Amino acid sequence: MTVLGWLQIAIVLALVVAAAVPLGAYMARVYAGEPTLLSSLLGPVERGLYRLAGVDPSREQGALAYTLGMLAFNAAGVVLLYAILRLQGLLPYNPLGFAGVSPDLAFNTAVSFVSNTNWQAYGGETTMSLFSQMAGLTVQNFLSAATGIALAVALVRAFARSNAAGVGNFFVDMTRSVLYVLLPLAIVTALIQVGMGVPQTLTPTVTAATLEGAQQTIAMGPVATQMAIKQIGTNGGGFFNVNAAHPFENPTALSNALEIWQMLVVSTALVFAFGRLIGDRRQARALLAAIAVILIAGIAVTYWAESAGTPSLLAAGLDPAGGNMEGKEVRFGVAASSFFAAVTTGLSDGAVNSMHGSFTPIGGLMPMFLIQLGEILPGGNGSGLYGLLVMAIIAVFVAGLMVGRTPEYLGKKIEVTEVKMAILAVLILPAAILGFSAIAAVLPDALAGLGNAGPHGLSEILYAYSSAAGNNGSAFGGLSANSPWWNTTLGIAMLLGRFAYIVPMMAIAGSLAAKTRLSASSGTFPTHGLLFVGLLVGVILILGGLQFFPALALGPIAEQVQMLAGKTF
Amino acid sequence: MSTKSHPGGSSAGGSSAGSSTAGTGSAFASPELIGRAVRDAFVKLNPVALMRNPVIFVTEVVAALVTVLFARDLLAGNPLAFTGQIMAWLWFTVLFANFAEAIAEGRGRAQADSLRKARTDTVAKRLRDPAARGIHERVSALDLKLGDHVLVEAGDLIPGDGEIILGIASVNEAAITGESAPVIRESGGDRSAVTGGTTVISDWLVVRITAAPGSSFLDRMIALVEGAERQKTPNEMALSVLLVGMTLIFLIAVVSLAGLGRYSAADVPVPILVALLVTLIPTTIGGLLSAIGIAGMDRLIRHNVLAMSGRAVEAAGDVDTLLLDKTGTITFGNRMASEIIAVPGINEHEAALIAVQASLADETAEGRSILALAREKYGITPEMAALEGASFVAFSAATRLSGVDVTGRRIRKGAVDAVKRFVHSVDPRASTGIAAFDAAVERIARSGGTPLGLAENGRLLGVIHLKDVVKPDIKERFAELRRMGIRTVMVTGDNPITAAAIASEAGVDDFIAEATPQDKLAYIRTEQRRGRLVAMCGDGTNDAPALAQADVGVAMQSGTQAAREAGNMVDLDSDPTKLIEIVGIGKQLLMTRGALTTFSIANDVAKYFAIIPALFIAAIPELGLLNVMGLHSPQSAILSAVIFNALIIIALIPLALRGVTYRAQEAGAVLARNLAIYGLGGILLPFAGIKLIDIAITAMGLA
Repeated sequence: MTVLGWLQIAIVLALVVAAAVPLGAYMARVYAGEPTLLSSLLGPVERGLYRLAGVDPSREQGALAYTLGMLAFNAAGVVLLYAILRLQGLLPYNPLGFAGVSPDLAFNTAVSFVSNTNWQAYGGETTMSLFSQMAGLTVQNFLSAATGIALAVALVRAFARSNAAGVGNFFVDMTRSVLYVLLPLAIVTALIQVGMGVPQTLTPTVTAATLEGAQQTIAMGPVATQMAIKQIGTNGGGFFNVNAAHPFENPTALSNALEIWQMLVVSTALVFAFGRLIGDRRQARALLAAIAVILIAGIAVTYWAESAGTPSLLAAGLDPAGGNMEGKEVRFGVAASSFFAAVTTGLSDGAVNSMHGSFTPIGGLMPMFLIQLGEILPGGNGSGLYGLLVMAIIAVFVAGLMVGRTPEYLGKKIEVTEVKMAILAVLILPAAILGFSAIAAVLPDALAGLGNAGPHGLSEILYAYSSAAGNNGSAFGGLSANSPWWNTTLGIAMLLGRFAYIVPMMAIAGSLAAKTRLSASSGTFPTHGLLFVGLLVGVILILGGLQFFPALALGPIAEQVQMLAGKTF
Repeated sequence: MSTKSHPGGSSAGGSSAGSSTAGTGSAFASPELIGRAVRDAFVKLNPVALMRNPVIFVTEVVAALVTVLFARDLLAGNPLAFTGQIMAWLWFTVLFANFAEAIAEGRGRAQADSLRKARTDTVAKRLRDPAARGIHERVSALDLKLGDHVLVEAGDLIPGDGEIILGIASVNEAAITGESAPVIRESGGDRSAVTGGTTVISDWLVVRITAAPGSSFLDRMIALVEGAERQKTPNEMALSVLLVGMTLIFLIAVVSLAGLGRYSAADVPVPILVALLVTLIPTTIGGLLSAIGIAGMDRLIRHNVLAMSGRAVEAAGDVDTLLLDKTGTITFGNRMASEIIAVPGINEHEAALIAVQASLADETAEGRSILALAREKYGITPEMAALEGASFVAFSAATRLSGVDVTGRRIRKGAVDAVKRFVHSVDPRASTGIAAFDAAVERIARSGGTPLGLAENGRLLGVIHLKDVVKPDIKERFAELRRMGIRTVMVTGDNPITAAAIASEAGVDDFIAEATPQDKLAYIRTEQRRGRLVAMCGDGTNDAPALAQADVGVAMQSGTQAAREAGNMVDLDSDPTKLIEIVGIGKQLLMTRGALTTFSIANDVAKYFAIIPALFIAAIPELGLLNVMGLHSPQSAILSAVIFNALIIIALIPLALRGVTYRAQEAGAVLARNLAIYGLGGILLPFAGIKLIDIAITAMGLA
């Protein structure tokens, strides 16, 4: 690890916070329905859209109607995207003449982009037409991010309101997320990325003569527009197969910093917006502190492990200062690659600028573990905040009794309904990850896709299901996932991880909204101080992470201790 | 162990827990109690009953599974020692959890037995016509129906709960309250309720029965202390859901190891998977949860408070606002003389002497307090003031004066206007407009006190300042409550000026002056609209709506039937100060539950580090690196974790029954303290515990 490496990390994180504070304030106004800077420009567009769709923006929905609206909207998204992918051969903007996508891959991809996972069992430049990329994938990049934000805003309203029936209007929150937050950010940053060298063109390929005189065909396309929202919307689905390791997706160290900033900024701003919407900004700072503690620890461990390299490479005479460069781009190096890996997994983004499977075992464990913690650091757009609030509910419930009152969070009593639903929600991740992994680990069809034997192979399995169920979408590398077994089960894992979590979470929102918001006193469990930060971190690690320990012990931990003992596979 | 706990610290109310028959809370270690609990622990193995406690039920199921495997090994002649020990400790885990519940229940049962003795199975004198006391028929108390009228005469047990419609009598309620001094019960007003099982000592009553046999107050009390009616409280239910959820999560983690282990060529034998499961699922809190709840109720009962539901006890912990009656809670019941102000020309000492003479025969508390003040402040004893041949004038409502006549001296004290009238009547020319006198009267009234005029013949001598005396330690208790975030509101019939003066002296946060029952009700509703939970106590029928509206309504046992039905708690000592202790008990119950939950979950960290290396070390020897505790062998590691997991339940039973240390502090401080002890301690303690057990069983050659 170097000072310079840490400096890079610190500067980017500081820039994220610096931007997230005003953006959070702006978002709070957007979702409170107050006028903002962009209102005069976008207000007419917004109202036009409501008229077109027949939505009455002043009509509030209860939690159930809100959820049903969201489910219908997302189901329509899956069907539409599935149709686009299957019918790709018949649709326009297909200069390379790609055929329709196979049913299992189309299912997997449609679910993947609608659930904000962006797991890619295909190589973009060799599978998808420009139409599929633009009208199919990029559109869902916006909508899945907006869905997440809308849901989080609904939950926040449930806390903020007292004895309320409604939690907002899904279609309004959705529209505002796209119009006022995602589009402006995507447009501005896409232009910056073009300036940094990311292509934006409808020309599918460019041909270059290599030094040896050979002709090389290099794929291109409307990359910048998809890159911007892929990061802003914590989607992570790349235009190219190797994602942000590709020079056209992520040309320089500076663009790399921008991409990290992009993926963090909306989710972080949403935490600040939460503080304003509930009228207590200290609460937001506490959540952010908990996020920072775990995320920075994750970055540190990854960075440390990658800097340390592996004993066998050192024994082979490699410069120890270089660290483990396998699977990393030279223009990024160990620091920026480790930083990117921890952030993209703590965040449910899933873009990668290096191959996590090539990390040292501990360096690869960290991204996997960050996903398993529930994608709440600060997590996907919206999904991170609501996931974090569910963990906070559990933390308050476990320890809140210790102040001698029945537990309450943000003035709302945490009772049977909330606990039941919170537990249902947090059950999804271990059930999907460990359940599917245990089956895949003994199923020949599944094992056929593995790229490695031994504990590393097990890590590939665990990582794939973690990535899918956590709606992350990053790949460990090594696994050939484009087979019916993997496409289908990973698709199911993605659906469970997204929607089987959302439904109980929204049940909590409905129950909380109807409750009286109690006033705080000096007898109330304080959820804004360092103690609560420590407690929340403890609960996330012990309740959210510890159940994966046995599985991880057989995968990356076994690999690490065996590597140290000089054993290879 | 102490048999009496006062979570509120000092006990201004002087609870009679120690002397009461309902408070037979002997130490939990009495041999019969333990013997009975051990028997019950086995009875409770019945899986149908155990299903109420899902965590322990799961433990029993897997213990049975390991038993089957053990039997299989036995028949196949495989090595048995390890599986046998795992099996034994799994069963111990279940038994220890059952034992914890049984011992908590046992303590209640002892109290129920003593109550049951008071239950009436006597003959009742039923009246055909309540007006005709002469004609009654003798029927069994069990045959009485709602609305029957019975005659109860001196020496009779009252056959059931009821309302007095005729008569006045002194009643011994020791069977219920433990208080042996009889109380007066009479028809009409707030003292008209009688309780079955109590005894009429003098006179007679005609009582209309208001509770059917089997549902009387005494029956409910027995059921409550026995725990027969025990239902899970809302918070307990929520906690159970969490524990079930955690059990499921760990079930997934353990079952998935079957597949993941096979991939790694690290197949784990079922007894070891079971051991991992049982150590990870929250058996500690699962085993102690109901004992904590029962013990909390028990603590209330030993403070002579009956909670009609567990929900009320939890609500007590949540209370934000306490409505306290001034009289008896904040001030002593009576006003007391605090100073004697003489008019100019009269020596203060002389005025005090005359005041004493006026009060020599005055048996009221106010009169006694004048004597006490004179003794303390002026050194005047009644002997010094004794008068030969005096004839005392008793207080009458008509004159509102009392005093003494002796050899031409007519000394009077009483209401200021009455004294002035007296002076005028003796000597029409006497001055009744002395400025200093009026000024003193004015000053006393303004400070919230009551001025009492003092005169001899045609001359005003001075003013006695009678004042409500705030209980000495009450101010600190209110400060304590304030630190815990609880607002105190004084309720009084006094005028606003008097109320404000007492409120500021006692340090309450707010007061309701000239309070009517409607005012109380309105105040409670306003507080609740602001999101606060309110507790109050009351005894009159007109308190009933407010008692029902309050989140915690404590009715006085001495109060009316209506009040007792409206509240969700009954204080058998009829001591309004008890409210503060009730809040403390509620908080302590919740804290204990939270502390042991946190402890139980925090324990998992160490157990993972004990068991995970042991699970896979055969297939992946390098994982021995994770054996941070340096446990002797895989078998000893697993066994140690299982043994620790079982023994910790037994070790924590006293804490579950006694409750965690409770201090009146603000939530932040309480949280910091409890998180350090039960959170951090919960992470660290099992490392040491498991290591010690590992050393011990290795030394004994058990593994």
